Amino acid sequence: MSPAVQGLLTIAVAVTVCVGYFYSSNLLLDRVLFPAKGPNAGRNINVANAIRPWLFLFPAFAALALYLAYPVFESLRLSLFDRSQGNAFVGLDNYQRMIAEPKFREALGNNFLWLLIVPAASTAFGLLIAQLTDRLSWGSIAKSLIFMPMAISFVGASVIWKLVYEARPATVEQTGVLNALYVFFTDNNPLAWLTIPGWNSFLLMVVLIWIQTGFAMVILSAALRGIPEETVEAAIVDGANPFQIFFKIKVPQITSTIVVVWTTITITVLKVFDIVFAMTNGQWNTQVLANYMFDKLFRANDWGVGSAAAMVIMLLVTPILVWNVISVKRDYR
Amino acid sequence: MSNIAGHRSGAVWAVHLSVVFLVLLWSFPTVGLFVSSFRTADQIISSGWWSSLSTQESQRPPVRIAGDEFEEGGAFVIEGTLFELDEVKVSSWGTSSRRPTEFEPGATAELEDGASLSVQVDGSYRLSSPVTLEGQRLPRVFTTASSPPEFTTENYTNMLSSSGTAGGMGKAFLNTFTVTIPATIIPILFAAFAAYALAWMEFPGRLILIAAVVALLVVPLQLALIPLLKFHNAIGIGKGYMGVWLAHTGFGLPLAIYLLRNYMAGLPGDIIENARVDGATEFQIFTKIVLPLSFPALASFAIFQFLWTWNDLLVARVFLIDSSGQTTVMTNFVVELLGTRGGNWEILATAAFVSISVPLAVFFFMQKYLIRGLLAGSVK
Repeated sequence: MSPAVQGLLTIAVAVTVCVGYFYSSNLLLDRVLFPAKGPNAGRNINVANAIRPWLFLFPAFAALALYLAYPVFESLRLSLFDRSQGNAFVGLDNYQRMIAEPKFREALGNNFLWLLIVPAASTAFGLLIAQLTDRLSWGSIAKSLIFMPMAISFVGASVIWKLVYEARPATVEQTGVLNALYVFFTDNNPLAWLTIPGWNSFLLMVVLIWIQTGFAMVILSAALRGIPEETVEAAIVDGANPFQIFFKIKVPQITSTIVVVWTTITITVLKVFDIVFAMTNGQWNTQVLANYMFDKLFRANDWGVGSAAAMVIMLLVTPILVWNVISVKRDYR
Repeated sequence: MSNIAGHRSGAVWAVHLSVVFLVLLWSFPTVGLFVSSFRTADQIISSGWWSSLSTQESQRPPVRIAGDEFEEGGAFVIEGTLFELDEVKVSSWGTSSRRPTEFEPGATAELEDGASLSVQVDGSYRLSSPVTLEGQRLPRVFTTASSPPEFTTENYTNMLSSSGTAGGMGKAFLNTFTVTIPATIIPILFAAFAAYALAWMEFPGRLILIAAVVALLVVPLQLALIPLLKFHNAIGIGKGYMGVWLAHTGFGLPLAIYLLRNYMAGLPGDIIENARVDGATEFQIFTKIVLPLSFPALASFAIFQFLWTWNDLLVARVFLIDSSGQTTVMTNFVVELLGTRGGNWEILATAAFVSISVPLAVFFFMQKYLIRGLLAGSVK
């Protein structure tokens, strides 16, 4: 059976089963188990209404529990066991082995750089572009073009930027933009940028900044529009210059949105895998945690250390997770 | 309130110019890939793509003279033209790679065995020799010529026909659709019902469940790889489409529930209360009222999930792609090309552009829903 047909069948089966489940379980509840008639009609309606939410919730939350909640605990467990020793409990051995590896320390160090630079740069560029295009007649076209990389896969973006960083021998014409400019302005020999430690991590970050700026811009642009006009008008009347208006009036009013954008990009950074995988595969000092983990899990087949690395990523996400949960409790009460 | 910088026209110009600069900076890399995918392999390695947009003087790849000879005044002659295009203008030429610019157009070069070769400005050449040229190795001609922009769709026809140099892309393209469409539709079904319950039903523990969804929004899916692969192997689906559909469903659910719940909670309560008073069941309210009204949120999520599953590499590699090579997807196809044909930019650029063309089309046609979804989806 061709996969496409299988796909269509799966959609049909999934839709039927899903709708069938909700429809028949409701019917069962209302007509058979707790019918809204007879001597206990009132009580039955109440019981049925107390059960119904769980019918609606069950499939989604079962999937969530299995596909996202359980793996957190299973990864934690795997990180404490060693497969090569017959699944023996080894305590923190995997973590110790991991920390002793130079490649892990390199990945951790790089990840901190990524965490510092990418969210900051994306948010700053996003804010700048949002402000500049705010009252521009052709602003929406400009924003649309800057937003476009959001639709491009990390892999596609890697190919796009590899062409930018392309290095050709010094004797022939450069086909990568970066080297063409570099040779033109400095008259030095072209460099293989992606193999130069220090520069290369930064150039990989540029790819993610390029993608994420559009996201930051869209959110911040909406936030800027939401600022009450009176505050800006009042500042103008008081003689504030455009920079003062931007930094002292507008930015303070959208701080919470800036934090949201920043944290969202932070999470994306922690998960970034494809860009490093496709462009350098962690060579030349560009390793990051997500790619290190993939290496351990699927190349070295070392589930213990791989899971330990996954737990490190989880640990780095946890503060944001806790903060989000707290703000839900505050907002929805 | 007009432009706050509007008092001075200089400032307005500065704003316009800096936005133009930023837009160019942001689109330049993508345009480069796009343009490169319409150039031949020789063009790509001999000049930067930006120079292909205008008439350029460049050293062209050598052409070996070929053709049928004829006799003329006791000499054996081959005539022909070096270029298929009319508008190429030769500025200098040569017959050895060490001196590719030795001769002016129109000059005659003396070759071994008394043969002579001349090349004109338009690229037409005449090779004459006192002895027959039959069976001889004919000379190569190196030219420096200015040529107008020149593009070809050859790369695309090569890639899309399965017999081409890097065949198999058509298959990867179809596979990607096979992954994405069920992986987009199934989570919506699951999530819509749960979102309705979280938005409009009263029950104990509702807040905790909402908090759980928000918490799961940020859990990195990296943690799920090994545990779920073990689980899929244990229940017998192993690596395959079923596995990748289920995985994408699970990973997409938190965002789906979160987006849909927020949207549904904002629907006018009177309609739902009235329907309840009129005796509609919850199931009817959901399917007849809430679901149709939630269309914008459903569309937003569908676009997100489609883009995310189309662009995904990690989940496909872990849950779908096995050693048989039959189930590759576009992203993986491009990554493998990067490994095996890293220098063949005509193939890479074309494959990459095909792989990003679908998301780009979705992006430009449904940007409204995408932006709406982004605004609703970023956790407050």
